Amino acid sequence: MFSNPDLMKFIFGRLTLDAIPYHEPILVVTFLAVVLGGIALVGALTYFKLWGYLWREWLTSVDHKKIGIMYVILAIIMLLRGFSDAIMMRVQQAIAFGGSEGYLPPHHYDQIFTAHGVIMIFFVAMPLVTGLMNFVVPLQIGARDVSFPFLNNFSFWMTTAGAIIVMISLFVGEFARTGWLAYPPLSGADYSPGVGVDYYIWGLQVAGVGTTLSGINLIATIIKMRAPGMTLMKMPVFTWTSFCTNVLIVATFPILTGVLALLSLDRYVGTNFFTNDLGGNPMMYVNLIWIWGHPEVYILVLPAFGIFSEVVATFCGKRLFGYASMVYATCVIMILSYLVWLHHFFTMGSGASVNAFFGITTMIISIPTGAKIFNWLFTMFRGRIRYEVPMMWTVGFMFTFVIGGMTGVMLAVPPADFVLHNSLFLIAHFHNVIIGGVVFGLFAGINYWFPKAFGFKLDPFWGKVSFWFWLIGFWVAFTPLYVLGLMGVTRRLSQFEDPSLQIWFVIAAVGAFMIAVGIAAFLIQLFVSFRRREELRDTTGDPWDGRTLEWATSSPPPEYNFAFTPVVHDYDSWYDMKKRGYERPLEGFRPIHMPRNTGTGVILSVLSIALAFGLIWYMWWLAALSFIAIVAVSIAHTFNYNRDFYIPAEVVVETEEARTRLLSGQGAAR
Amino acid sequence: MKSLSKIYRLVLLLPLLTLTGCNMVVMSPSGDIAAQQRDLIVVSTVLMLLIIVPVMALIMLFAWHYRRSNTAAVYDPEWHHSTALEVVIWSAPLVIIVALGAVTWITTHKLDPYRPLERLDAARPIPEGVKPLTVEVVALDWKWLFLYPEQGIATVNEMAAPVDRPIEFKITASSVMNSFYIPALAGQIYAMPGMQTKLHAVINKPGDFEGFSANYSGEGFTHMRFRFHGLETAGFDDWVARVKQQGTALNRDAYLKLEKPSEREPVRYYAAVENGLYDAILNLCADPAKMCMHEMMHIDKSGGAGKESAENREKLEYDNRHAKQGEEALGGTVPATDQPARSGESPEGQSGNGQSGGGHDAHQGHSMPGMDHGGDPAPNQLND
Amino acid sequence: MSETTVETGEKPKFYLTEDHHPESSTNLGFWLYLMSDCLIFATLFATYAVVGRNYAAGPSPADLFDLPLVAINTAMLLFSSITYGFAMLQMERNAKAETLFWLGVTGLFGLAFLGLELYEFNHLIHEGAGPTRSAFLSAFFTLVGTHGLHVTFGIIWLVTLMVQVQKHGLIAENRRRLLCLSMFWHFLDVIWIGVFSFVYLMGVL
Repeated sequence: MFSNPDLMKFIFGRLTLDAIPYHEPILVVTFLAVVLGGIALVGALTYFKLWGYLWREWLTSVDHKKIGIMYVILAIIMLLRGFSDAIMMRVQQAIAFGGSEGYLPPHHYDQIFTAHGVIMIFFVAMPLVTGLMNFVVPLQIGARDVSFPFLNNFSFWMTTAGAIIVMISLFVGEFARTGWLAYPPLSGADYSPGVGVDYYIWGLQVAGVGTTLSGINLIATIIKMRAPGMTLMKMPVFTWTSFCTNVLIVATFPILTGVLALLSLDRYVGTNFFTNDLGGNPMMYVNLIWIWGHPEVYILVLPAFGIFSEVVATFCGKRLFGYASMVYATCVIMILSYLVWLHHFFTMGSGASVNAFFGITTMIISIPTGAKIFNWLFTMFRGRIRYEVPMMWTVGFMFTFVIGGMTGVMLAVPPADFVLHNSLFLIAHFHNVIIGGVVFGLFAGINYWFPKAFGFKLDPFWGKVSFWFWLIGFWVAFTPLYVLGLMGVTRRLSQFEDPSLQIWFVIAAVGAFMIAVGIAAFLIQLFVSFRRREELRDTTGDPWDGRTLEWATSSPPPEYNFAFTPVVHDYDSWYDMKKRGYERPLEGFRPIHMPRNTGTGVILSVLSIALAFGLIWYMWWLAALSFIAIVAVSIAHTFNYNRDFYIPAEVVVETEEARTRLLSGQGAAR
Repeated sequence: MKSLSKIYRLVLLLPLLTLTGCNMVVMSPSGDIAAQQRDLIVVSTVLMLLIIVPVMALIMLFAWHYRRSNTAAVYDPEWHHSTALEVVIWSAPLVIIVALGAVTWITTHKLDPYRPLERLDAARPIPEGVKPLTVEVVALDWKWLFLYPEQGIATVNEMAAPVDRPIEFKITASSVMNSFYIPALAGQIYAMPGMQTKLHAVINKPGDFEGFSANYSGEGFTHMRFRFHGLETAGFDDWVARVKQQGTALNRDAYLKLEKPSEREPVRYYAAVENGLYDAILNLCADPAKMCMHEMMHIDKSGGAGKESAENREKLEYDNRHAKQGEEALGGTVPATDQPARSGESPEGQSGNGQSGGGHDAHQGHSMPGMDHGGDPAPNQLND
Repeated sequence: MSETTVETGEKPKFYLTEDHHPESSTNLGFWLYLMSDCLIFATLFATYAVVGRNYAAGPSPADLFDLPLVAINTAMLLFSSITYGFAMLQMERNAKAETLFWLGVTGLFGLAFLGLELYEFNHLIHEGAGPTRSAFLSAFFTLVGTHGLHVTFGIIWLVTLMVQVQKHGLIAENRRRLLCLSMFWHFLDVIWIGVFSFVYLMGVL
């Protein structure tokens, strides 16, 4: 059989043994680590007989809270991968001087910076944001789940499938060497004939399905599932920003899907959308991808703004200043984010008026953003600020983000962009807003909502260690990049000739290692908190003296979130309820209608990975089979009409009585 | 909250740090355009600091003053609205942005790279009768080709220009997108295949500067650098003479060899350049078997070439992917093999059917009467 | 807000004691999906607008398109929308057999549409005007082909639903699904009208 090359080609497509990078020590070691870790995990799960539990309670769960938590876990795992790439780049750039090639040859280095960008945006920031929205939004609006619970599970598994496809590229074949947006012609079949760009395309396409569907789901949830009395202008700010983010997702991800589909047609079928040949137009790709790409930045940062709004109000013990202007600012940012995409390529020779128009629209975004900063500022004014970990992240964010905003406006001035575009100054700028805005916000959110999710607070000491290492590490890592940008150093270089640059890269590498300590401290924080969970236990359900509905239920919330649907009278509804003597209902419980778990999402996810793998390696039989299987499984799923069940009233009574005992034991019956 | 104030001091130190930095070419350039761009960076930074410094100070102040342990501070949990304050927080950034927007509109037009220069520097207008030096720039994989139509010479990875004479760059690329950037001279502009961008600039100080591609273009990108010499007029003439003396001829064959992917290419001189070579490169038809883009566009404009035009297709496959990319190349591009993405096979190899000479004429049968060869410029780009 | 302080005296109701049934989200959700799908088509239309005249010294729409054929094709799809409407009317009357009949007719019209489209594609490719010939043809095949793929999935969905209606009758779930498919089907009709006028008519006339 092995002697028949045609048969081999039919079965394996273009996959050969050479595609396994067994001669790359870095990858072999990583692979061994992953394998050993995997075996240990599988062994532990088997030993503790957890497979059934995992499958029933988590993998097949349609509970928005569990799905939210799984998103966050996925993001943390992918953060480790994405950050390893960052460290490798920093080390390479710190040592590749004076004729030294460093330790990463270009073909490896180019994959690393591409993977770093792709993973951090699509598989770290996006799942973290989606995960927090999934967990928090239904609780904040007093709902029992999202509008389409199965779709939610399916979305999560498609995102995971995308992440797995990208991870496979580490050990089988290669990843794209094109930069994270894969501009053609470089990413076309002529200049990137290998499997790297195909991994990129299918990873993003599969994950994109999940993202779009979860966007639709959350919009429908926010519009249709709000508790009675919660008018739009009484919605919590985080729900508002989530709403705007999901509108952006639904209105932009289809464009990404479309443009990547066209690129894949160019690569697979030989069409001429973005080629130099036969009338193709690479500029069209650049325009289309940035029409998605710029709103994407706001997709990430708006929920972070929402988190800061919640955190600031809670820890200042004060109503958010200028709620209405906060909401309007969010909506203005949402709309304006569509009108700025061209600022990513001022230097491609558009006319002066076009450039100036897009430059000015970009600057205009800084007005609502500035208003938001002021709103947080004046929420602190006459507040009583408790410096718990989430609040520290928030103040750290305010300092860091204004600088990032300032450099952003500088880049929005087209003639200034001509000297700064594609330089390390640009790199420093967008890390300044994405780390300083999005990542700080997500850490604030994780620290803030963790007790709600698990019933105990995160250890504050390690939280503070993590915060300080992140904050200082960030500035040590990226200030040198601002300087290097002004020295005319461009991005994505793997080696340097000018020895005077080296000191700056060494400082930046030190900063990166400080951030590594920050990440390690976060992992230690999780571990220590789990060990000390009894001391950190939250029995009240409201550990921070919160203001919104998620704090009205127990920590962790019961499967059904609220035994009775809350009625909202005011913005900051939980604060309002506490102030006006809300008493927890103790009787009259009824059976609760809930959606049933299903394994279809997991199955479709596995089949999607097989489909993508078949397409990437030209194993057409595998692609065809898994495609047919996907269609068949989807159809079979629709034949299942038995999708919900009732939690019996006795179970609700039992759960609620347990909580009553907890609350009275703790002494503060609310 | 001692730690917070520490952070604040660190932030304050940042601009100082950058001032003491070493060779900040962007902040101390040698050409007038880059100098104006530098000024713009400074102006916009100062404008924004007008609002950012007070904001930083207020964050500091509030974060410190309203801490929980300070029971002397006013605590007003219901205070959440003030129309006057709202007006201020929306209008303060608005004022700054209006000012910056005006600056942006004016400077974007004034510093439009397509716009011919009006001055040598802040003090001197362009003297009467000085015509700009034209340099045609081609980004190749992974080196730079400079053609001087006026002098009839060409160079690789080295260019020179006389001090205080405006330069008009016409820029294109052979395969993928690059960005042409000499930080000391002027801001960058993309170099894109089949398209032409332009840049007008002037160098005011003699010196030896660095130029490079600022847009990632594949494997050899890191070393895609060249030297830019700003020379006094006499020095420039010497340089041209040296190129003429040491150089060989650059015809289409030599170009097609040069075009193939290579890294760390040494400096090369060409004493003579075949007529119309730059136009052919811009129109992706340096290989005479290929149809030029401007011809194609001309045909398209007059409604295409009908159904019986199959032979045009091959002539328009500039990258020739299907022939180039054998099955081996497909499977073999694993990272470990060190095989570059682009196969080194020559593009003209496939069209060597004895037709290569006549190919150029053959397709003219489909061109429309009265077509102006070479006169029809290739597209600038989409948004232009 | 000011009314909050006024109300402080009495205790308002803070939760519902009866079951809370939020409005069904299916309709909204499906509309959102259709809009996102519409954006994919918008991307393809925009692409066609940008490269639709790049014939690469090859055939143009006037050389290729057979308007009478496309007109028949359009009629097929429009008829299928009408017959789907009949099916929905029968569903309202709770007439299962008639609903199934009209759904079947809809499916046949859909198949006829697909058949004609495949014939057209085959013919074009045979003439050397395949999707790889020029950017114009790439955009054409992709736009029309994406629409055709949607119709294909619509037919698969239709058949599935027919089986389900046969099996379970016109129960609430099936009615909801029929409604969703009807929106999908009419949406494809609207897109096709765009394709027909923008690509075929404007290309030839």
